Amino acid sequence: MAESTSIPLTIEFTGGLELLFSNQRKHKVDLPSSKQSPNVADLITYLCDNLMKDPRKDMFVLDGTVRPGILVLINDADWELEGQETYQLQPRDEIVFVSTLHGG
Amino acid sequence: MAPRECEICQNNRAQILRPKNHARICAPCFTALFEQEVAETIESSNLFQPGERVAIGASGGKDSTVLASVLKTLNERQKWGLDLVLLSIDEGITGYRDHSLEAVKRNAADLDLPLKIVSYQELYGWSMDQVVAQIGKKGNCTYCGVFRRQALDRGAAMLGVGHVVTGHNADDVAETVLMNLLRGDLPRLSRATSIVTSTPSAAKAKSADGKVTMTNVKRSKPMIYAYEKEIVMYAHHKKLDYFSTECIYSPEAFRGSARTLIKNLERIRPESILDVVKSGMDMARLVPQEQGAVPEEVEMTGRCGDAKESGGEMAAMERKLQQDEVAATNGIGVEIQLPRSSKNDRELGSAHAHSRETVALKAANDHPDGQNHDRDQLAPVTLPTRTKMKQKPAGRGAEKRTLPPKQKLGQCEKCGYLSSQAVCKACMLLEGLNKARPHTGIEVG
Ligand SMILES: [Zn+2]
Ligand SMILES: [Zn+2]
Repeated sequence: MAESTSIPLTIEFTGGLELLFSNQRKHKVDLPSSKQSPNVADLITYLCDNLMKDPRKDMFVLDGTVRPGILVLINDADWELEGQETYQLQPRDEIVFVSTLHGG
Repeated sequence: MAPRECEICQNNRAQILRPKNHARICAPCFTALFEQEVAETIESSNLFQPGERVAIGASGGKDSTVLASVLKTLNERQKWGLDLVLLSIDEGITGYRDHSLEAVKRNAADLDLPLKIVSYQELYGWSMDQVVAQIGKKGNCTYCGVFRRQALDRGAAMLGVGHVVTGHNADDVAETVLMNLLRGDLPRLSRATSIVTSTPSAAKAKSADGKVTMTNVKRSKPMIYAYEKEIVMYAHHKKLDYFSTECIYSPEAFRGSARTLIKNLERIRPESILDVVKSGMDMARLVPQEQGAVPEEVEMTGRCGDAKESGGEMAAMERKLQQDEVAATNGIGVEIQLPRSSKNDRELGSAHAHSRETVALKAANDHPDGQNHDRDQLAPVTLPTRTKMKQKPAGRGAEKRTLPPKQKLGQCEKCGYLSSQAVCKACMLLEGLNKARPHTGIEVG
């Protein structure tokens, strides 16, 4: 794989998390993949550094992973069934981050 | 990690990892199971009467949206014959409640359920925006909570409904249990962990003359055993339309910390949440209950925007309010109570007809938290708060529960809302607000 390759992904933020991402639920992201195959941990870092304009980073990431109370779905399955941060992303994967922390 | 099959149907790909038992199941099996478990909670605790008219406290948020959807589904599937209606409170918070009410309206249309919206503005003459403009952000949650309690009751009364169900989930209850522990406030556990709560004022009103009054509203939490995570997953997989944001006025500090603690525990050991709920229920059985309980307790639903009770700031405000009420109560109670000291109380006991009458009068004046502040001031006997109720002569304690209270004394003299104080909390707050802003024709209710 060349250095410049990237993996196209669909990212969605719901449950109030979209408020931290320009109030937009769906995002098309081309995740740069300098190494063989980036995992979800790489994605989270990328989103935090590049997509998130809101300064309250700790509302999304805490202690190097998503904040407890935020659910992650990988292709509509709980990420805990898919290896969490270590899941190796594939082109056109759909990753959904859902906050349970926001009220209504 | 290789994809696994659903443990239930052995067919579909597993999508859900259940927090309470680590079961790996598919979305269709999950939504069926979720509904089935709520049905079990409802049926095993006989929550509903056949044909009962039930209001669903609807905020537009995930919990009440899921509750409304599940109840609608179950009512048809289980043939409960309930007459369901959505009841929403409009606190008048621009940029928050106006948006969430739009979500409620869409839900009402989707579920084909009638919707009733009652506003603080119409009930009290004040929206929360106006309250905050007047008093600032600090302490405004107390106003919101006190107003909400009556607003739900009044809304229910307008609809002719005697039962309001709310979307409290296991995480909410676990949070409240923790907060009560951290504040040393165990007597409140019983209310927090009960599936059904009925305001004691309602119970009194019923025993007095059998009449149904507007506060005779049962509250229940059909999703008390449901994880917040599963509620969100249910909404996700059923593609339910809900609104999520924090109340813009919410201070949240104390509850926020309790929430964080719960969510951290969940990540390490998901069973902890239900275990905290169950521990709360067990502890509630061991702790002497809040006497009589709390007719005017600050309403607890949803996140703070849903005016869920209390950070430390809130508790402090509450205490202040209670002291104010004590002062007010003494104003009218003094004539009756002065001749009696606490020593006399004990000696006279309950045998005398004279004291029966007095006891009845005093019972109606008892402070909602059961601590009888008025009496403390009249006859300053220092007893440990926690054991105070027990040390009172048994006869009196029993009578307080069984004697029909004087209905008049049980009502707010301003608005008629059932209250253990001469003036109810909402009217006390309104008085303060209206003093500062000359306001004509206040019609509470
Ligand atoms: Zn299945
Ligand atoms: Zn009143």
